[in-house]
Amino acid sequence: MSEIESIKESITSGETTARAVVESSVSAAEKLNETLNAFLQIDRDGAVKRVEATDSTLPLAGIPIAIKDNICVQGLQTSCGSRILGDYHPPYNATVIQRLLGAGAVVIGKTNCDEFAMGSSNENSAFGPVKNPWDTTRVPGGSSGGSAAAVAAGVVPVALGSDTGGSVRQPASLCGVFGLKPTYGRNSRYGLVAFASSLDQVGIFARNTADVASVLGVIAGRDSHDATTADVAVPDYKSELSGDVKGARVGFPKALFGEGLDAEVRDMVKAAVNVYRDLGAEIVEVELPNAQYSIAVYYIIATAEASSNLARFDGVRYGFRAEDAPELRQMYRKTRDEGFGPEVKRRIMLGTYVLSAGYYEAYYHKAQQVRSLLKQDFQKAFELCDVIITPTSPTPAFLIGEKVDDPLAMYLNDIYTVTANLAGIPGLSVPCGLSSARLPIGFQLLGKYWSEPMLLKVAHAYETARPFTERPPVHAN
Amino acid sequence: MPITEADVEKVAQLAHMEITPDELKMFAPQMADIVAYVEQLNALNTADVQPSLGGLTPEGEATDSARDDVTAPSLGQKTALAEAPDAAAGHFRVPKVL
Repeated sequence: MSEIESIKESITSGETTARAVVESSVSAAEKLNETLNAFLQIDRDGAVKRVEATDSTLPLAGIPIAIKDNICVQGLQTSCGSRILGDYHPPYNATVIQRLLGAGAVVIGKTNCDEFAMGSSNENSAFGPVKNPWDTTRVPGGSSGGSAAAVAAGVVPVALGSDTGGSVRQPASLCGVFGLKPTYGRNSRYGLVAFASSLDQVGIFARNTADVASVLGVIAGRDSHDATTADVAVPDYKSELSGDVKGARVGFPKALFGEGLDAEVRDMVKAAVNVYRDLGAEIVEVELPNAQYSIAVYYIIATAEASSNLARFDGVRYGFRAEDAPELRQMYRKTRDEGFGPEVKRRIMLGTYVLSAGYYEAYYHKAQQVRSLLKQDFQKAFELCDVIITPTSPTPAFLIGEKVDDPLAMYLNDIYTVTANLAGIPGLSVPCGLSSARLPIGFQLLGKYWSEPMLLKVAHAYETARPFTERPPVHAN
Repeated sequence: MPITEADVEKVAQLAHMEITPDELKMFAPQMADIVAYVEQLNALNTADVQPSLGGLTPEGEATDSARDDVTAPSLGQKTALAEAPDAAAGHFRVPKVL
């Protein structure tokens, strides 16, 4: 059942008011923040003002929404979880925000994230880690951990995040909610603070497919402010949610279910494959022979693009500037040393290294070639199937601190998700159950370019057959 | 070739970042590990493979993103300077260059 629809119905019927819905969401955010640290800013006064001024006939009228703190919302802060932006207040709205506000949605606050969206656990936030509502000693995933935790804990029905290598899908999986990374060029990146521009997409968290579909329908489409958005029609995503997957071809990449995959995750995702078989889908084996190279390709391309994008943070035009630096270049160096955390520095330096004279061909050029091979793998696979099913994350949520000293081990956590960003295809994480330790497990559906309708349809069929109704111990109600 | 502390120091300088001796000790082996890991790509023969140029789909590449060359409202001086750490007389002020 769509929560957006049920909120709208309860407002229309007079059971509650839009203002009461928004106030209760803000109160839940405030109350749970002591435990979860999911929000970096909660805007009670602004949210109440906006809901009072909202036209009740709009499609998302009065729907409270939380926004990752690397997406610009005018009037609120955009820190990117970094000291270098601190309490930066952008003078404009991101296009996705403009569209949400135009549809009546009410932004209640900005959510915590790994610094500049770099991380898989939220431990890289300069403002402390987000806690997983299923077990507060564990990470919520990252980098959009605050948005995932806020939706999982029932604070908001929907939230936005950004996904460069899995930063929406992985935390969605670890927190037991749906998380969509659309096709590259589906959503505008204008106002999303750039990390790796050829990989970044704004993504959506929700507790059901209908709400993912509603929000995607509002934010998707061409934007003259982002030259990488494609001129591709935005379909009515909700009309695809028929529950019927008879004859759909579900690709099963057997090789990705081997070494390094937690046994409970493997069994649960394989059980989901069987659910699809029982629903009348055809299961076909597919191969992605170059998928094993995806982490290596990703950490060359993503760091190279990051080193270029993050050059703009220099203490001149906005954000933090270090004191006691009487000369310009010294000011740059001190500002960036004091402003960036260790993971961001590590990635800027790796990116600078792989792009530097003498190394460019060996690393960056090579990675872009293997990226082409990976795209070809998917093209071939999608000749045989409509969607591919994989785990979203190799393990359920891990302990806070468990991987913090080993960056490479942390990177390997993205093994199932980075391929979609490198190929530009859409991916959707679907919650499919709890581990024996009561931690959520999710599977991922990957599709060809612009196949969001198919992904939502296939996910909806699973959701209807095997509804995930469990709630975490830390919850708004 | 493994990354040394001297490499890290040089890269930090190129990236306009000051690195403390403690950070240097931490970053050098970590970056060496990561670079050794990404070097597994060398096992692939890619002599005949065209590199990807970015993330665009075929539809994205076909999209004409040029706009008419007409002026449109922009932020304006006051708003553009509002978030500056140091602004004076309509300019961003920085420490001396030389």
